[in-house]
Amino acid sequence: MRRSAEISTPGNIAPLGDFTNALVDPDLPTPRGVMGPGGAKADKRFDVYRNNVTVGLVNALVDIFPAVHRLVGDAFFRQMARVYVQAERPHSPLLFEYGGTFPQFLETFAPVEHLSYLADVARLERQWLDAFHAADSKVLEAQDLGAVNPEDLPHARFIRHPAAYVLRSSFAVVSIFSANRSGQSLSHIDPDAAEDGLVSRPHHDVEVRQLPPGAAVFLAMLMDGETLGQAASQAADEAEDFDLATAISGMLEAGIFAGISINTHSKRETIHDQSD
Amino acid sequence: MSKKTIIGASAIAGAVAMALSGATLLTSTSTASAKEKCFGVAMAGENDCAAGPGTTCAGTSKVDYQGNAWSLVDDGTCTTMKLPDGRTGSLEALERDLPA
Repeated sequence: MRRSAEISTPGNIAPLGDFTNALVDPDLPTPRGVMGPGGAKADKRFDVYRNNVTVGLVNALVDIFPAVHRLVGDAFFRQMARVYVQAERPHSPLLFEYGGTFPQFLETFAPVEHLSYLADVARLERQWLDAFHAADSKVLEAQDLGAVNPEDLPHARFIRHPAAYVLRSSFAVVSIFSANRSGQSLSHIDPDAAEDGLVSRPHHDVEVRQLPPGAAVFLAMLMDGETLGQAASQAADEAEDFDLATAISGMLEAGIFAGISINTHSKRETIHDQSD
Repeated sequence: MSKKTIIGASAIAGAVAMALSGATLLTSTSTASAKEKCFGVAMAGENDCAAGPGTTCAGTSKVDYQGNAWSLVDDGTCTTMKLPDGRTGSLEALERDLPA
């Protein structure tokens, strides 16, 4: 252990790992070296401190996942969040980035395993906040797409907007999310009706949309850098009633792309088709 | 890739033209019917105590939390939503959790 000679420390100082472990586990003793003025015992002070750490993280989870919070109720959510906080330390000093693994935690946490839609609702809420804090970017406008040569369109690739996310779910994730965020009743929602969601922030506000059949495949492939032709064909393959025109106008309206690029190599390949 | 469907250049050009002409305007608004605008920086009413660890207003000692083994709390939808028929009823029960 390296110890600074300038700081006089009676007794040993606990390794940092002991300190951080004790922060989230009230059963662990006060770390060595934590003391009050004049070397007095500081057990109660440390208890207050570590309680504040846990309560702060639990409150952050309440704020980040308000729909999940409302679905399971406040007391249940806080107890569940404490279990998560004990297992998962923040990886960033920015509190709003906490809870990235909370959806996976919900999938494995036995007391909520019958609420199978809960993890996807949490994913959508996490995406909402990621979109909220994502970098600003220009949005691909209709005229940008209109400026592309029609014969180049199948080879067009798009640059994802930093705030754009697609979520494919087997549950009514968008309906549950929207009803919770707007404080509406959930009584008309069948949780098992599959829905795909699209999160974007074209201007200042985060927008959440429910996607029509095939659109999630289409947009996710475009976000991964596949060409318009590949994405359209794949989407039509997976969803019979995929409507390409609607998907394109939807993606322009939602502002999920920042730019467009035409791959010149692919373009050359098509010259054969175009020559006759 | 075992692709069955190939959407050709003319079909794509046609779809783009349609999208740009606004011919799909009606369908696209209905696509966006689930659109939900959420405003504000913090979630409603939750901005006071969660500014970060150490700034909580709930700064009591751990004594408040001792001895609480994990327990299922009969709140929200946890116990009722697993029943196929209880789904609607439990969803209605959620009204209790509306913010005051």
